[in-house]
Amino acid sequence: MNDDDETLLAELLEGRHRALARVISRIENRSPGYRELISELYAHTGEAEVIGITGSPGAGKSTLVDKLAETYRERGETVGVIAIDPSSPFTGGAVLGDRIRMASTVGDMDVFVRSMSARGTLGGLSTATADAVKAMDAFGKDKIIIETVGAGQNEIDIVRTADTVAVLVPPGSGDDVQTLKAGILEIADVFVVNKADRPGADRTVQELREMIELDSGGGFGGGHHGPDSGADGGGSAVATQESREGATEWTPPIVETVATDGTGVDDFIDELAAHREFLVGSGASAEKARQRYAEEIRTLLREDVHAMLEDELEDAGGIDELAAAVADGETDPYTIADEVLAPVADCLEELETRNP
Amino acid sequence: MSSEQEQESIRCLVAKVGLDGHDRGAHVIARAFRDAGFEVIYSGLHKAPEEIVQAAVQEDVDVLGISILSGAHDTLVPKIMDGLEEYGAAEDTLVLVGGVIPEEDRPELETQGVSAIFGPGTSIEETIEFVRENAPDR
Repeated sequence: MNDDDETLLAELLEGRHRALARVISRIENRSPGYRELISELYAHTGEAEVIGITGSPGAGKSTLVDKLAETYRERGETVGVIAIDPSSPFTGGAVLGDRIRMASTVGDMDVFVRSMSARGTLGGLSTATADAVKAMDAFGKDKIIIETVGAGQNEIDIVRTADTVAVLVPPGSGDDVQTLKAGILEIADVFVVNKADRPGADRTVQELREMIELDSGGGFGGGHHGPDSGADGGGSAVATQESREGATEWTPPIVETVATDGTGVDDFIDELAAHREFLVGSGASAEKARQRYAEEIRTLLREDVHAMLEDELEDAGGIDELAAAVADGETDPYTIADEVLAPVADCLEELETRNP
Repeated sequence: MSSEQEQESIRCLVAKVGLDGHDRGAHVIARAFRDAGFEVIYSGLHKAPEEIVQAAVQEDVDVLGISILSGAHDTLVPKIMDGLEEYGAAEDTLVLVGGVIPEEDRPELETQGVSAIFGPGTSIEETIEFVRENAPDR
């Protein structure tokens, strides 16, 4: 690490906001030396609670995150928010608009909001997000919230860097709840039916509950079947609380919120805390951390190998030329992949024979 | 391993400050910047100078474009510049002002640290070109 980076790191650990902002830029830009910087950060991490929030566009994620941050601040905790927006795959440009809806905590530097966008490479954003979380953690933030649109595998990878994942479901989703089954159900630790004052909220809660019960092998014990007539914000969550004491399995609770006026936010926070307790109590926390590190190592290796192969591709004539060759019917992608990889495979083979 | 790919992008904050509610210009600029491949953070309407400073520092933007059509530039811009100074961000942020700024007020804003002022009739291309050429290299 050079002197500038040493200073930057020292300033970040001291609690200088500008330094934190700059470190995250270095991470995003993948600028020279950023790896050493993150390696240094690792020693100072592990204290923060990381919460991932995802849901379809317009579900109210930014507004809920804003209220969440406000409530944590009232309780005296510092908050970091990473808001992720898609970028145009054509120009690389992006309008990052989540900040507009985060108005409750302005003028309070202890809520550090950072907008990020995918810069081209698939999978790269989850690494950058994980690294930005490390930076905020090392800085000393108590809670770190990652907010992203739950639209695909890329986004799922991102929220998986969190300890606890909340999935927002707007009321009246109807068939959407059905589509949620694929993928989203597995990652949700807490379901939030936001805009719970809208018609159809009860029904959405009901549908979610049925889905969860089916998933957990039919939990008839709770007596939660039939329409929950008196479902008033978060009442259902409290009812299942006791049965979860000392459990080894986590059943995702459903919380009802109205993010615009803050209704249900306290219940939501309680559920997040309960999940955290469960993670620590059941030992799942350590397991989860291990899995996450394994995933980080894999992603990092994949990206590094990919970067090395880019050079190899250049030597082979560049991707455009190779693509043109396929288009002209001269060759096919598999043959090209084999050819490009051949020298790498040879190297590895040679290494193996040398050190058996 | 020297195979790190740099993925730098110009980050801009397009800011509306004060009671001025005319945001068409800011929207047009935000979209044009996006289409030019920049990452744009739009502040929304009616922001206080402190909010703009907070966003500019946290987002670590290269460029801060302030849109003012209310005539309050001579009180609002200095507040923003002071705030940036406080967090050590004034030096390497390119600050631009767009909107209706009378000729006689311009030298004062430039002394404050504003790099360029774009009045009515400025072409989008001119603004983008200026940002590309002058965005701080850091």
